[in-house]
Amino acid sequence: MADTRTIQVTVNGRPHRCQVEPRTHLVDFLRDELGLKGSHLGCEHGVCGACTVELDGRIVRGCLTLAVQADGAQVQTIEGVSESGVIRDLQQAFVAHNALQCGFCTPGMLMAAKELVETRPEATRAEVREWISGNYCRCTGYHAIVDAVCDVLHQRKEARS
Amino acid sequence: MKRDVVNLEPGVESTPPIAPVTEDPRYIGARLPRHGIERLTQGQGQYVDDIELPRLAHVVYWRSPVAHMRIKGIDDRIARSMPGVLMVATGQDLAKVCKPWVAVLGHLTGMKSAPQYPLAVERACWQGEPVVAVVAETRAQAEDALQHLVVDWEELPLTVEMERALASDEPVIHPELGDNVCFSRRLDVGEVDRVFAEADVVAETTFEFGRHTGVTLEPRSQIAHWQPAEQRLTVYHSCQAPHMMQDLYARQFDLPAHAVRVICKDVGGSFGVKVHAYPDDFATVALSMLLGRPVKFVADRLESFTSDIHARHHRVKGRIAVNRDGEILGFEIDDLTGIGPYSMFPRTSAIEGNQVVNLVGGPYRHQHYRAQLHVVFQNKTPTCQYRGVGHPIACAVTEGLVDLAAQRIGMDPLEIRARNVIPDDAYPATGASGIKLEVLSHEACLRKLREMMNYDALRAEQAALRKQGIWRGIGLATVIELTNPSAAFYGIGGARIASQDGATVRLNPEGHVTVLVGVGEQGQGTEAIYRQIAADAVGVDIDQVRVITGDTDVTPYGGGTWASRGAGIGGEAVLLAGQALRGNILKTAAVILNREAGQLGLHRGQVVDAVTGEALLPLSEVGRIAYFRTDTLPQGFTPELMVTRHYAQRDYPFIFTNGVQASYVEVDPDTGFVTLLKHWAVEDCGRVLNPMLVDEQMRGAIVQGIGGALYEECLYDEQGQMLNANMADYLVPMAAEMPDIEVAHVMTPTRSSRLGAKGAGEAGTAGAPAAVMNAINDALAPFGAHVHSQPITPEKILRALGKVK
Repeated sequence: MADTRTIQVTVNGRPHRCQVEPRTHLVDFLRDELGLKGSHLGCEHGVCGACTVELDGRIVRGCLTLAVQADGAQVQTIEGVSESGVIRDLQQAFVAHNALQCGFCTPGMLMAAKELVETRPEATRAEVREWISGNYCRCTGYHAIVDAVCDVLHQRKEARS
Repeated sequence: MKRDVVNLEPGVESTPPIAPVTEDPRYIGARLPRHGIERLTQGQGQYVDDIELPRLAHVVYWRSPVAHMRIKGIDDRIARSMPGVLMVATGQDLAKVCKPWVAVLGHLTGMKSAPQYPLAVERACWQGEPVVAVVAETRAQAEDALQHLVVDWEELPLTVEMERALASDEPVIHPELGDNVCFSRRLDVGEVDRVFAEADVVAETTFEFGRHTGVTLEPRSQIAHWQPAEQRLTVYHSCQAPHMMQDLYARQFDLPAHAVRVICKDVGGSFGVKVHAYPDDFATVALSMLLGRPVKFVADRLESFTSDIHARHHRVKGRIAVNRDGEILGFEIDDLTGIGPYSMFPRTSAIEGNQVVNLVGGPYRHQHYRAQLHVVFQNKTPTCQYRGVGHPIACAVTEGLVDLAAQRIGMDPLEIRARNVIPDDAYPATGASGIKLEVLSHEACLRKLREMMNYDALRAEQAALRKQGIWRGIGLATVIELTNPSAAFYGIGGARIASQDGATVRLNPEGHVTVLVGVGEQGQGTEAIYRQIAADAVGVDIDQVRVITGDTDVTPYGGGTWASRGAGIGGEAVLLAGQALRGNILKTAAVILNREAGQLGLHRGQVVDAVTGEALLPLSEVGRIAYFRTDTLPQGFTPELMVTRHYAQRDYPFIFTNGVQASYVEVDPDTGFVTLLKHWAVEDCGRVLNPMLVDEQMRGAIVQGIGGALYEECLYDEQGQMLNANMADYLVPMAAEMPDIEVAHVMTPTRSSRLGAKGAGEAGTAGAPAAVMNAINDALAPFGAHVHSQPITPEKILRALGKVK
């Protein structure tokens, strides 16, 4: 057994104190240690975006981030944001527009979309395409995902005005 | 003015309504969001890698690092002693429990391949072939031990390039086969030389298609669980054809089929990648049997690139004969395809090339056709059926040649197609290659496309922009796609792959309906359409229907998902079973109510008086009495509230669909960059069961086709090493580069079923590469340049323009 480090990390609002190997990636830690299977492994080299999670409020690739880097940090996963309801409108829009087929990319796609709608409320359709172009989807052709995200941008704008 | 008066041409302004198949159609054909996908948006899916079992072990495979080698020795002493390691196994070890296979089909005359084993025995024939298995308590421990495995090998002579595979001085990969030919076919309907000699114009070129691969986001994954006490194997498998895998595991391991259960939960994309039986599938099962505990295999992305099937590597010399008036007289092709060192089990790797021969020229009414096909072995990853199977090749060749001909005779590309497609009133028809076409709608689709994309205005815009030095192109692709296959695909060739499928529909005591179907779900929305069909067929609210798929212990026997058969075959089985259950419910209600069944109807969860519509008995009452108060029913009457029906399409070898796509692109002649501005598709998949789902099937498939047309290629060096076997270097379509895609429908139901649905899953992939290629060549036309080599990279465009050597 390799050396381990103790980390204290708050995941979806719940504090954890865990022993992890320094080499353990954040997404493996979330999946294997905490049983949070919603973050997926698509490529394990930072390209596909299926493992996207929030670390201290910014999205990161769970496969390029080590669990030890989350020591002292707040992590949000698809399970957490589903439970809190902060992306319910995005989730509903994805269902309404059929913006997912196999669903394997969807948690990562939603985490990326969450940051977009929160930080770029005025994003155009082209900017939505650009923003989610770090998340690979083989099924949909992206059109419906773009529709769904644009729909939520519009809904939130309406709600503000 | 009334709308139906302005609609001068049928199929243009609105799709003519087609007769409903059920009494009270509420769901079939409706644009309904897919039921049950909320959980996927919340990260609550259950893919194979999410499943944990007690004593679960993990396997990783040592794969051949070179394209052809003799295994001289395997030293696993250190690896075995590493923490957590449970077993290190070689090809010889696993060959003791699993029989080898040879993937050929009886109806592909003369086809040959060599025996293949779960792990390489003596030799490995491609970079990525599994050679040694390391099983440990954790994946990390297995990967750690893998680093300490010492394999001594000797490189063997290579056949890498398919163009060289048949040369006399090229090494023969399997000497016992005599040469590197897997399969050859020649088709000649006669008088081709005369027709080409007499034609006003003959246009010819050579098309190249880069080898590419499926890149399902969820890698191939599997848990094999041999339970020694039960002598039973359970395999959790991310796959498309559970019963096929059940049969293969049973036969290769000499087990009775009932001792094998295959379970498919959520599948993270498949596209044909997950319809084949891979060596490591059998290896993982063998390891579980040897260890007596569950073993999980999840491919990592790097090994996916060299162990998932590749596809589409073809070089096609093609020519077309036309007259000046635009009449297409004939096609001729010579197709060469390299498939790796083995034909893939059990569907074989000759189908793709065979499809190309069958499909070239398919939309058109010419009478003359000659084709030659060579399918050759080479030391690269095996290829096999991948979404569209031969269609993208055949369509690009056909449509590329049609555009070349149109250019030569100075005819508009839409015009030449309209003049030559088999007319909508000429069906059933037989294509020049011999394919049987039940009923297609090329003319209606072309008219709809013209209107939808505002073709004439777009041509005007293109011309105006050319004057400003902006080089845009419009590309068209007329498509046929085979769907709803009969046994002609595999069954007649000896492959035990079911062409029929079954559905069981049960009325539950509370009046709700459970549906079990042999065809499963990989994201297409299969379960959603079955729910729609069952609700309408029985006559209940859709939220009272539950669909279960993906478990060979539970569902009726069936073929699963391939060749766009889920809607047309599985859907028909659900319809028939649902309608039969409805009949049985009415018989039961008639006994309860002491009425004639013929006087009763079933409407929205109630048994009603057929004449007055008066509600007589809710289904919950039928269920309560039928299940719990049989004492109140007459002697000799047994309610049968669970009904199974099967359906096999037997009227035609395949039910062809058709459609037409258009691509609008801009090419930068200085950089060779292509910008996809817009894409249109008109498709005819017969009765559309859910337009929202069909639209997304089309869009996803189109983007997958665009990937092959512009970006995707498995690049190899002369040593058979794949150079871009990772997601950073292998380019897949991402959102920013993809266009918006408009989809429209023409509905020409098949008469081979009550439902009238044809497949919709692959037509997008079939047509997109041709449309994009033609659009690029249309943009390049003022420069006198053409590119017929896919993927069409900026470099190839600049070469065509003479800007780089």
